[in-house]
Amino acid sequence: MTAPASAAKVRGETVLKVENLVKHFPISRGVVFQRQIGAVKAVDGVSFELRRGETLGIVGESGCGKSTLARLLMRLEAPTSGRATLEGRDLFKASGGELRRLRRNMQMVLQDPYTSLNPRMTVGDIIGEPFEIHPDAAPKGSRQRRVQELLDVVGLNPEHINRYPHQFSGGQRQRIGIARALALKPEVIVCDEPVSALDVSIQAQVINLLEELQDELGLSYIFIAHDLSVVRHIADRVAVMYLGRIIEIGTEDEIYERATHPYTQALLSAAPVPDPELRDDRSMIRLVGDVPSPADPPSGCHFRTRCWKAQEVCAREDPQLVPRAADPHPSACHFAELRG
Amino acid sequence: MSDFETVAASENQAARRGPSGEPGAPNQVGGTSTLAGKPRSLAGDAWRDLRRKPIFWISLLLVLLFTGMAAVPGLFTSNDPADCVLARQHAGPSAGAIFGYDFQGCDTYARAVYGTRASLLVGALSALLTGVIALVVGMLAGFFGRWVDAVLSRVIDVVLGIPLLLAAIVLLKRVSSDSSTVRIAAIIFVLAVLGWTTAARVVRSSVITAKEQDYVAAARMLGAGNGRIMWRHILPNALAPAVVVLTIALGSFIAAEATLSFLGIGLKDPTISWGQDIDTGRVHMRESAIPLLVPSTFLALTVLAFIMLGDAIRDAFDPKLR
Amino acid sequence: MTHSVVQPTPASPTPEGGHLLEVRDLHVEFRTGEGVAKVINGVSYHLDAGETLAVLGESGSGKSVTAQAIMGILDTPPAVIRSGEIRYRGRDLLSQSEEERRQVRGKEIAMIFQDALSALNPTFPVGWQIGETLRQRAGMSRGDARRRAVELMDLVKIPAAAKRLGDYPHQFSGGMRQRVMIAMALAMDPKVLIADEPTTALDVTVQAQIMDLLADLRRDLDMAMILITHDLGVVAGVADRIAVMYAGRIVEHADVRSLYRAPAHPYTKGLLESIPRMDQRGQKLSTIRGLPPNLMRIPSGCPFHPRCPYAQQVCVDVVPHDLVLGDGRTSACHFAQEVRDDSAR
Repeated sequence: MTAPASAAKVRGETVLKVENLVKHFPISRGVVFQRQIGAVKAVDGVSFELRRGETLGIVGESGCGKSTLARLLMRLEAPTSGRATLEGRDLFKASGGELRRLRRNMQMVLQDPYTSLNPRMTVGDIIGEPFEIHPDAAPKGSRQRRVQELLDVVGLNPEHINRYPHQFSGGQRQRIGIARALALKPEVIVCDEPVSALDVSIQAQVINLLEELQDELGLSYIFIAHDLSVVRHIADRVAVMYLGRIIEIGTEDEIYERATHPYTQALLSAAPVPDPELRDDRSMIRLVGDVPSPADPPSGCHFRTRCWKAQEVCAREDPQLVPRAADPHPSACHFAELRG
Repeated sequence: MSDFETVAASENQAARRGPSGEPGAPNQVGGTSTLAGKPRSLAGDAWRDLRRKPIFWISLLLVLLFTGMAAVPGLFTSNDPADCVLARQHAGPSAGAIFGYDFQGCDTYARAVYGTRASLLVGALSALLTGVIALVVGMLAGFFGRWVDAVLSRVIDVVLGIPLLLAAIVLLKRVSSDSSTVRIAAIIFVLAVLGWTTAARVVRSSVITAKEQDYVAAARMLGAGNGRIMWRHILPNALAPAVVVLTIALGSFIAAEATLSFLGIGLKDPTISWGQDIDTGRVHMRESAIPLLVPSTFLALTVLAFIMLGDAIRDAFDPKLR
Repeated sequence: MTHSVVQPTPASPTPEGGHLLEVRDLHVEFRTGEGVAKVINGVSYHLDAGETLAVLGESGSGKSVTAQAIMGILDTPPAVIRSGEIRYRGRDLLSQSEEERRQVRGKEIAMIFQDALSALNPTFPVGWQIGETLRQRAGMSRGDARRRAVELMDLVKIPAAAKRLGDYPHQFSGGMRQRVMIAMALAMDPKVLIADEPTTALDVTVQAQIMDLLADLRRDLDMAMILITHDLGVVAGVADRIAVMYAGRIVEHADVRSLYRAPAHPYTKGLLESIPRMDQRGQKLSTIRGLPPNLMRIPSGCPFHPRCPYAQQVCVDVVPHDLVLGDGRTSACHFAQEVRDDSAR
């Protein structure tokens, strides 16, 4: 399928660029006289580029900062420092009308289809709200038609415009959320665990829909998920996050077939494979312990406390996210090597 | 539930679209579609829902009845409540006065009918004013948080710490006018100014809950401003608990007026109110209970009617319960 | 409606020759103001000592309700057990008194849940909570209970168990809380452990640790385990046999390897095909069309027929019996052979 909608735009050019993004949440004590006693380093220096028409998967366990990253990009939180540009325009400097215009180009699909739709609004109101906020996006008379078109695009019955969210199933609600995100014809859609709340048989429907829409509309996705198989299925490139940092980034093939960071290797090894034949002959890596608190991450390499390769240098020196000798994709490990 | 069928039918169809990969495939839903056409409003749906509830009609009827009594008491009794003859003291029910006469020899029923206006005015207007104050304060505190919340919450604490009766006595003592309008306005003002705190706290906490919902984040990401988010997304979801608190408050305001009138700082004599009559009736309960029971029943029915009405309306505006 | 019972009823209810735990033709309804939801419609399965049975299903399939019925922790009302038997060592639990069932619960059959945080009391230290069962049920002294609690915490591999005895649930990470709950379940040395989505709320690396732990414990303590999950990957890792549930029925029942190799029910086949696989990057996921049915209006005939690519008129009219395919495999599908042959291809 081709992308007539974005014929003028060049596929593969950088659409979103994030540089050294940092978000520290202060931890404070006291009610009246608050003093800061520390900070949760939710996102701690993240840089990446997103190209037009591609899907960048972001994987990691809870507390790795992937959801905070999404909220930062959507300007729901203010970053502590760092820069992000969307089609060359600074995402964090914009305010007022400029921010509103920027938001038209970047939308988000949220994880929970039950809380992401206002229960007191009809589907028509929910999907039509973008047009009320941006009246120039669709002239008043054509709005209902646009909403019905959007319902059709996401595979819902356009006649259900008057229904309330609770009258739909989880998968259908997620489609409504996708329609709302599409309304303003954005360039980039951030998907924050869009299928993790759905049943297995419904997940595939939503994933297929997202892929079709990407082909048709030339969208770029940032696809955040903890499910490695879903990410492999949909992503072109993958970034692995651990405690607020990207520790390895590369093409889908580089990450899944030629990972050089021990954490990525452990993550891949731990993911359950739906094949009982592989049960015994998989050489498993079992990490010990849980992810440390992002309020007090280990010095040097954040992963060293759970890493079987850790040596003294790992506590002393922060490994840089640079191409490594083992495989020429960026990996933040002093001892990066392919799995034997 | 026919809804489920229709929705399921469309999901089938959605799924069929998936594998076929035809984006423009027309959606044909055969005869399963039941709802099409004009956009519906939440109020319209609520009305459709309310129409079918007996509780709604009963409470509405009672509210209308008492409102009618308050507006034109002459329609409900031909007797003059001020026509009091001591000789008829505590005389029993008769054709002229269906509930007999009270301690002063006035028609008990006529006095209850004529007392509706003052009581209802005080109750309804105090509740309304309370609601406005509570919504504004609760919304500001809950939505903006931080120092706004800190300041407003302390204000709520302080006001909540003031004993209602004591403060009412101090404030109402300053009202020297005997004009019924002035006195009613003063009581409404005093009750609202002292009584908004509970409702404000309820509003604040439901605003905080609503504010954290994903759909608020979604609206913000679409570029919605604070005003729109408060009005379209938070207020409708925070209103329901406030409505319940306010209908209950309405009843307690009517009762508070009664207490104030009894203490001699509320409504004064030419103005008739249930509160005054209940208190007089209470004193002479041993001699005749009817002059106590009649205004009490009126009071109880009014309060109940408003609470039931508030309950029904709240349910109707909650699409999840439909 | 006719329901097939997989296992023939043995003549005498003796444990010898019978199964350790057996659910027979269980029917459960939920009666609500809106109507009657038929949540379990003739479920039968069995569990032998030392084996792991996976019960797989999506939300609303009835997989957890069956487990709650076994444990006797169904909320009645709204739930009503219409008919069926749950036999543990030959005795029917459903006909026992509450007192007798309490003896079984925890001591013979224990259960762990998905949400460890809400299953633990936030106001008591974990050591006290593990020890409580021991003091109450086994009549241990405080000191003995304490020592046993440390042993149990060691058993589930909580580091520095003795030091953490006095910690409260919120001081533990998600994975560690799950271990605490497992330790509590093991306190009375149960013979059967029912694990209801034990790793769903956990991260991948922690999930792997917990599944390993459960497999080790099952082997070391010689327990039988019922693993209730929606995750086909988790099942493939640990289960011996698998029962697939749909709309309150078991639609397919087989040993894990042959089921994954060649599913014999269209629902199982659809599920296996619709999950993205990490070891193979496909172009497009195949999907199961439509939605699971509303349990208040379960479709006629085979409940899966509105979503089934194999559906024929017979599927609309006739409830399929369990078709025995050999090797203890059954599939409740009129076209089971055909489906299996298609899958094997």
